[in-house]
Amino acid sequence: MADNAKEQNPSEEMALPKPGNPLTWIFHPFGARAIRINGNLGAIAIFLFRAFFMIFHYKQISAIIQQIYFIGAKSAQIVMLVGFFTGMVLGLQLYHVLVKFGSVGVLGTAVALSLIREMGPVLTAIMITARAGSAMTAEIGIQRISEQIDALSTMRIDPVGYLISPRIAAAVISFPILTTFFDLIGILGGWVSGCLLLGVNSGAYFYRVISATEMSDITGGLVKSLVFGILVVTICCFQGFFTHMRTDSYGARSVSLSTTSAVVISCVMILISDYVVTTFIL
Amino acid sequence: MEKQPIIEFKGVTKRFDVRTILEKVDFQIYEGEVTTLIGLSGTGKSVTLKHIIGLLKPDEGQVLYRGQPINQMSKKEWNAYIGQISYMFQNNALFDSMTIFENVALPLRQTTNLGKKEIAQKVMASIEQTELTEVFDKYPSELSGGMQKRAALARALVTDPSLVLFDEPTTGQDPIRKNAILGMVAEYQNRFGFTALLISHEIPDVYFISNRILALYDKKIVFQGTPDEFEEFEHPFREEILTSLESLQEDITGLYSKRHFKVRYQTDLSKRHPDAMYAVAIFALEEIDLVSENLGHDATQEIIRALGSYINKHFGAVGGFSARQTINEYATVLPYSDLEEAERIMEDFKRDFLAHGLPNIQTLVEGEKAADDCFEFNILAGLAQGKPQIEIESVMEFARFNQKPIARFQCQRGGKTQ
Repeated sequence: MADNAKEQNPSEEMALPKPGNPLTWIFHPFGARAIRINGNLGAIAIFLFRAFFMIFHYKQISAIIQQIYFIGAKSAQIVMLVGFFTGMVLGLQLYHVLVKFGSVGVLGTAVALSLIREMGPVLTAIMITARAGSAMTAEIGIQRISEQIDALSTMRIDPVGYLISPRIAAAVISFPILTTFFDLIGILGGWVSGCLLLGVNSGAYFYRVISATEMSDITGGLVKSLVFGILVVTICCFQGFFTHMRTDSYGARSVSLSTTSAVVISCVMILISDYVVTTFIL
Repeated sequence: MEKQPIIEFKGVTKRFDVRTILEKVDFQIYEGEVTTLIGLSGTGKSVTLKHIIGLLKPDEGQVLYRGQPINQMSKKEWNAYIGQISYMFQNNALFDSMTIFENVALPLRQTTNLGKKEIAQKVMASIEQTELTEVFDKYPSELSGGMQKRAALARALVTDPSLVLFDEPTTGQDPIRKNAILGMVAEYQNRFGFTALLISHEIPDVYFISNRILALYDKKIVFQGTPDEFEEFEHPFREEILTSLESLQEDITGLYSKRHFKVRYQTDLSKRHPDAMYAVAIFALEEIDLVSENLGHDATQEIIRALGSYINKHFGAVGGFSARQTINEYATVLPYSDLEEAERIMEDFKRDFLAHGLPNIQTLVEGEKAADDCFEFNILAGLAQGKPQIEIESVMEFARFNQKPIARFQCQRGGKTQ
């Protein structure tokens, strides 16, 4: 059973400073924030687990397909466009660096590994956050403030299962596929700028791409994209789902602030988790 | 044997921060009845309703379902409990990215194992009942406020609930639509036998369909009883709400409200000699459910309104005064006429109504009726006379007993009246 925001936010009451105690005044702001962050992390974890376990129901299939279309298919064009120009820029920059050392022959290696290991997963996740993540937060946020989510509860439909689970499933499927597209198109972009425009040998470029890329590079990149997918969708859905619990704004304004928060937090978390996952992979 | 309430609030208190919304609220809702919770805006009516479906939890006290606290139910019990409740939100809470069909089908698709065909049949039946057939493939934003309300009602009723909670179902509607929605609630409640809890601040309108009234004032339930008992209830709240809203009744029929009607006959008859005679006429639209089914709720309300206006015009001119008594019944008091004179007035009314009133109704019917529809209905009237010392209710009952058709809409393939 859901309850109203103010009632469920005990951290504010707990964190009230006692007048006259200087230590309390010093530590109060940190303590209050730490408790709030801790509470939010716990809430996100529970939210994710609940949503994840509700994926496995046959009634979710059509909703998951719809979400794959929205998150995956509709993001494909923009992801590939960004991937192509990222590859071209990489080809251009790396060519001018490598030419100083007389090593333009390894351009394919540099472009492919940069894209597959790092830039592909990160930029794909950021692009999907901007395109689909923000839309998810806004949509769920509006459903929350217009009581559509309450209506689901009254119809015996679990809002988390109905709204969040298909999105998480779709992200798990779409993120690695889009990342793969990004990588492939990026390598092609590198070839266009490096070989077609700057004259590097095409055979050498593709030979280096194939020979330097190991399976662990590919799986590492895909693991990252999977982690980013789960993070992005969980954060964006969480922000929208609990938009009514914001204490800084109400109504439409709370939806707009939740959308902004969702995009900012997602981008930051993508970069932080990128570092964490990389340390485990390497 | 004492009636067992289906829902009971026991000492429920609810606070938001330091603001107390409900304080030790106690009331009961009985099975098969229409109960209306009335109160001024912002007094916690919706908050009360949300406790029943578990969207809010009480800070103190308990909400009981058939004697069992809902917060102590197991998951299975909770699912069974919530599965028989439908909630119609004040702002409808329709899914704006779904069509009306998809909105109505949603609870069936998600909570039942019915096949596609069965779901489509049930949904279309519900859509037809709520007169939304022509807009079933449209999105909520493409519909008028009244249509959205009906779509929300269709969604609330599609699961055949046993308890339906209506959060201000008539807010923002015009008087005709208001009565059409309430008529629809009454009709479905009659037909399906569910228990209904409405919240409203539009007292005159809800009177006609409510079995019980609960009045929420200053965080507490200050009254629970029948609508008639509420009229006798002495409390500042009643004055506050009745005086501000009494005029609404006149919007629909042009007649007195029930309360004004009572005040008027008590005043008029108290001045008369105890042996003086007065007459009462009771008019009714027969088979209202059949009329609603064939013509829709809006057209039915239009017919009732037209009949009310005509009664008011005709009997007002000879010193009578009238009020709507139930959803399809009017009462007229002729304070200075005996039965003989009242019969003459009634004959005049009948002639006049057949000549001028009925053609208007026929036009209405023709506008709404499908070409191959064929149905009949009567307008009934009955007269009785009484003396000031006799209870007017028994005179009215006698007039009901004497009712006979004074006008008949008879279908002759194309709809003719006689």
